[in-house]
Amino acid sequence: MTNPKKGQTRITIYPDWCKACGLCVAFCPAKVLEIDVAAGCARAVREQECVNCGFCELHCPDFAIVVTPRGKTRNGGTQPPQENGN
Amino acid sequence: MAEVTQLIHEYLRHDKKFPHVLCPGCGHGILLGSLIRSVHALGIPKDDVALVAGIGCSGRVAVYVDFNTVHAVHGRALTVATGIKMAKPDMHVIVVQGDGDALSIGGNHFIHAARRNIGLTVLVLNNFIYGMTGGQCSSATPLGCWSTTTPYGQMEKSFDFVEMTRAAGANFVSRGTVFHVKTLDKLVRQALVHPGFSLVEVLTPCHTQFGRKNKFKSPVDMYQWLKKAAMPLEAYEKLDPDKRAGRIPIGVFVDNHEPALETRYAAMRAKLAKG
Ligand SMILES: Cc1ncc(C[n+]2csc(CCOP(=O)(O)OP(=O)(O)O)c2C)c(N)n1
Ligand code: SF4
Ligand code: SF4
Ligand code: SF4
Ligand SMILES: [Mg+2]
Repeated sequence: MTNPKKGQTRITIYPDWCKACGLCVAFCPAKVLEIDVAAGCARAVREQECVNCGFCELHCPDFAIVVTPRGKTRNGGTQPPQENGN
Repeated sequence: MAEVTQLIHEYLRHDKKFPHVLCPGCGHGILLGSLIRSVHALGIPKDDVALVAGIGCSGRVAVYVDFNTVHAVHGRALTVATGIKMAKPDMHVIVVQGDGDALSIGGNHFIHAARRNIGLTVLVLNNFIYGMTGGQCSSATPLGCWSTTTPYGQMEKSFDFVEMTRAAGANFVSRGTVFHVKTLDKLVRQALVHPGFSLVEVLTPCHTQFGRKNKFKSPVDMYQWLKKAAMPLEAYEKLDPDKRAGRIPIGVFVDNHEPALETRYAAMRAKLAKG
């Protein structure tokens, strides 16, 4: 049986912010993430397997990973939004 | 689960350099996220928060967040916070300190702030070491552990911050870890609204200065350890005492409601004003 939560999300990783600590990779229950050693950051290699548990977002010490519902518009870029860049 | 990171980004000072200065996998960043979520969940306006940090890697968290912030002198965060709270009792005054800052150099201030039961939310980031200055032992370094100043193993016993704060007379005393982040969020929210001195001891990995010299292969290894070692206080209390070794109870240890110092002070002023 397929998990109805599966495949509902998009994962964005800000490569400039991610320090490749591996925390999200090690604890993701769906093995969605891997470290791209050459790029020095995490990558969502199996995005369709994500069960939207929130572990990665709640634990990333660098606020570098975003899980959003599929279809919802995001800022889309590889940089975080800068709401209060004062 | 969505918008966790977006929310955090709304509270960051994007004019500071990112990524922040902390090492890969340093748990201090997770606590910063937890604090932001907790303040937001309680609907506390940013301007009603004063965040006072000590010196150390832990103190750096105050640099990156858009509250009223003070980066105090090493060990003296509680003295600055005490002044702010007495002058502005309606403000949410939050203190972030390391184990070194809070209970090594700043131990005297810590004991007395807890004894006075002043209404501060105190988040002690306990990584068992002086992280920033190169891994010297602190009063929290466990017996037998390596540090640059205990190259043959720590031979002094470490403080139990929870028992210490309880004994000193604080209203709210709790412990969490950055791995058990939902529990941590709950503890931080409770500490933020609890009257009187409210402690959350936050166990957090420092792989750079502590873990890698104490048989942890990676930062992830330290999170695995926290995951296995920590358990809810209620379950810990039911454990056979000889099965408790290596286990760390987390949760709320003290939940008293004695009047806070600033409340007693306001009452005293009102009484004296009547003449
Ligand atoms: C008065 C004074 N003494 C010593 C120092 C050097 N110093 C800076 S941070 C630090 C220890 C920090 O350890 P901790 O509070 O545990 O924070 P961590 O870096 O581990 O988060 C020390 C000794 C200082 N800045 N000021
Ligand atoms: S937890 Fe964050 S910093 Fe660490 S690898 Fe994952 S995205 Fe990168
Ligand atoms: S939300 Fe959960 S399942 Fe999805 S990538 Fe993050 S950790 Fe993995
Ligand atoms: S030295 Fe330790 S406490 Fe300091 S940033 Fe690195 S991991 Fe964190
Ligand atoms: Mg420390």
